[in-house]
Amino acid sequence: MTRPALRDGLFGLAAFLILAALPLLTTSSALVDFVIRCAALGLFATSLNLLVGYGGMVSFGHGLFFGMGAYSFGIIMQRTGMPIPLAILLTMAVAAVAALAVGAICVKLKDIYFTFVTLAFQMLVHSMIIAWVPVTGGDQGLRGGIPRPSFLGINLADQKQLYLFSAALLVLGLLAMRHIVSSPFGYTLRLVRDNPTRAVFLGVDVYRTRLTAFVLAGVFASLGGVVMSLFVSGAYPEFAFWTMSGEAVFIVMLGGTAAFLGPMVGTVLLLLLNDFVTRVAEHHGLVLGTVILLFALGLRKGLLDFVMDWRAARRTRAQADADRIAGTNTIAGTDKIERVAT
Amino acid sequence: MDLNALTECLSSTSCMVTQATSGFIIGMLLFLVAVGLTLIFGVMKIVNFTHGAFYMIGAYLAMTVFQMTGSYTLALLGAAVGACLFGVVVERCFMQRIYGGNVLMQLLVCYALVLILDDLVRIVWGPEFKSMGMPDAFRVPPLFIMGGVVPPFYLFLIAAALSIAVILGLALARTRFGKTIRAAAHNPAMVSVLGINTGLLFTGVFALGCLLAGLAGGLAAPVRSLTPGMGFSILIESFIVTVIGGMGSILGALVGALLIGLIRTFGALGFPLFTEALMYLAMAIVLIVKPSGLFGREAA
Repeated sequence: MTRPALRDGLFGLAAFLILAALPLLTTSSALVDFVIRCAALGLFATSLNLLVGYGGMVSFGHGLFFGMGAYSFGIIMQRTGMPIPLAILLTMAVAAVAALAVGAICVKLKDIYFTFVTLAFQMLVHSMIIAWVPVTGGDQGLRGGIPRPSFLGINLADQKQLYLFSAALLVLGLLAMRHIVSSPFGYTLRLVRDNPTRAVFLGVDVYRTRLTAFVLAGVFASLGGVVMSLFVSGAYPEFAFWTMSGEAVFIVMLGGTAAFLGPMVGTVLLLLLNDFVTRVAEHHGLVLGTVILLFALGLRKGLLDFVMDWRAARRTRAQADADRIAGTNTIAGTDKIERVAT
Repeated sequence: MDLNALTECLSSTSCMVTQATSGFIIGMLLFLVAVGLTLIFGVMKIVNFTHGAFYMIGAYLAMTVFQMTGSYTLALLGAAVGACLFGVVVERCFMQRIYGGNVLMQLLVCYALVLILDDLVRIVWGPEFKSMGMPDAFRVPPLFIMGGVVPPFYLFLIAAALSIAVILGLALARTRFGKTIRAAAHNPAMVSVLGINTGLLFTGVFALGCLLAGLAGGLAAPVRSLTPGMGFSILIESFIVTVIGGMGSILGALVGALLIGLIRTFGALGFPLFTEALMYLAMAIVLIVKPSGLFGREAA
């Protein structure tokens, strides 16, 4: 195991232990629910950031895979009752096939076309969920609860155990995605984002790189959907509605695209904001929209991006000061290289 | 799937006529929205994700004006002018800040505006389904054309939208404003250097698009039910239309819109469950065969 991978692994383990210890500190079930929702949305948003941040592909149809994950998992469990881990793997496989089909058409397209064609495919899936009542339950959603048989001594019907399971899925999912973005493939993806022409000259298959990223992102988004459907014990058409994608795009932007954990920060912020807004205001969209406008037009970048840029600027300044004192006149170019590598 | 119904309909002229006219009105409404979308994209290079909201505002304004005055002409005027003025405000306050910005920002600002506008409509007009009712002038027995039943309002709608298409096409080709728009679509920096106020021009194009969307809303009000989410569904369809027709092409918008309208009505007969899927299928086929759209010039 390489050192960064070991560091990430230890970091993940520590995060999981902290999450596992949280319910011991407080008896509030609201916190447990909050973390489970964070796990679902966090996986979803981080997977979107694989596309937006690392691939430079602004997908507005990512909710498709979230919804598909929730529905496939729910339907598989209701109809077959196979063990949960197997059902999760099968759900991810379904999402991978769907992402391959959608991606094969979409990743060829430029910027705004990509954005809206992914959106169109999402709305297609949404309309199919609404129309295919016998299987999906139509606009009422998948009801009747999702059976949660115990496996390996884990009983997900128990809220505590569901909490631990969701936290574990979150940490494992994040570690896997972290591994992807720090692998050679992750760096190829950044190259394709920054300069596709050059990537072609270097012998990179741009189409294939983008498509792989699209499929991976879809798979992890479906994992988020699985957590969500376990949490609400059902699946609803809203999971595949465009607002879901809008929320994820906002989360990614809120937290920042440059740092790997940016979307997680964004998720926590958005959920806090959401809970706050629903408590104080009747018109949820109005308030949320205003906040988004303030963020998008005011700050113009994500919170973690902001922090990182600020730190980088400070470091550059400190470096410049140090250089002046030392009398050398080198340019602090190392920072830039580091920034590119994030 | 119900292919029998489809073949049965295709073999009888009366059914054909009925279905085709309802396909045409869907297509015409879509055209009016999509043409604004395509114009705005052509000149400002942004996809106006809020465009559906102006259609919605037009429809609601038309309903209110109609209920207050009883005149459908005034209602249409109110819808178009109201949406246009509203468009100017939105363009000046928000859109101008995101021209040339990155896609993520454009998307977020539009997403926020859609959330806000939908909620505003909900506050002003209430969340429930509304309907305006048919104006008196059109409360006449339907016409029979080749055995098919055609409500007179449908003919009016088709004629109105077609004449707008012709006027718009001529205006873009012949007038000074049209020429400036085409030049700006080609090279806004050069247009600006030649002494044309591009900021004003952008506002003008945006307002024109909103006017058309508002008008579409007004025309749709008598035949569609009004809900706060109505803008978004037509936006998605208009976007499909522009993808099929080619971004920036007016003729493309017209052909694409009619195609989608016909697919919707005839598809509803043959594949009642998967009518929407047919639309997306059409889009996917166009994207695979000719990614720039049927009438698009630039490669997408």
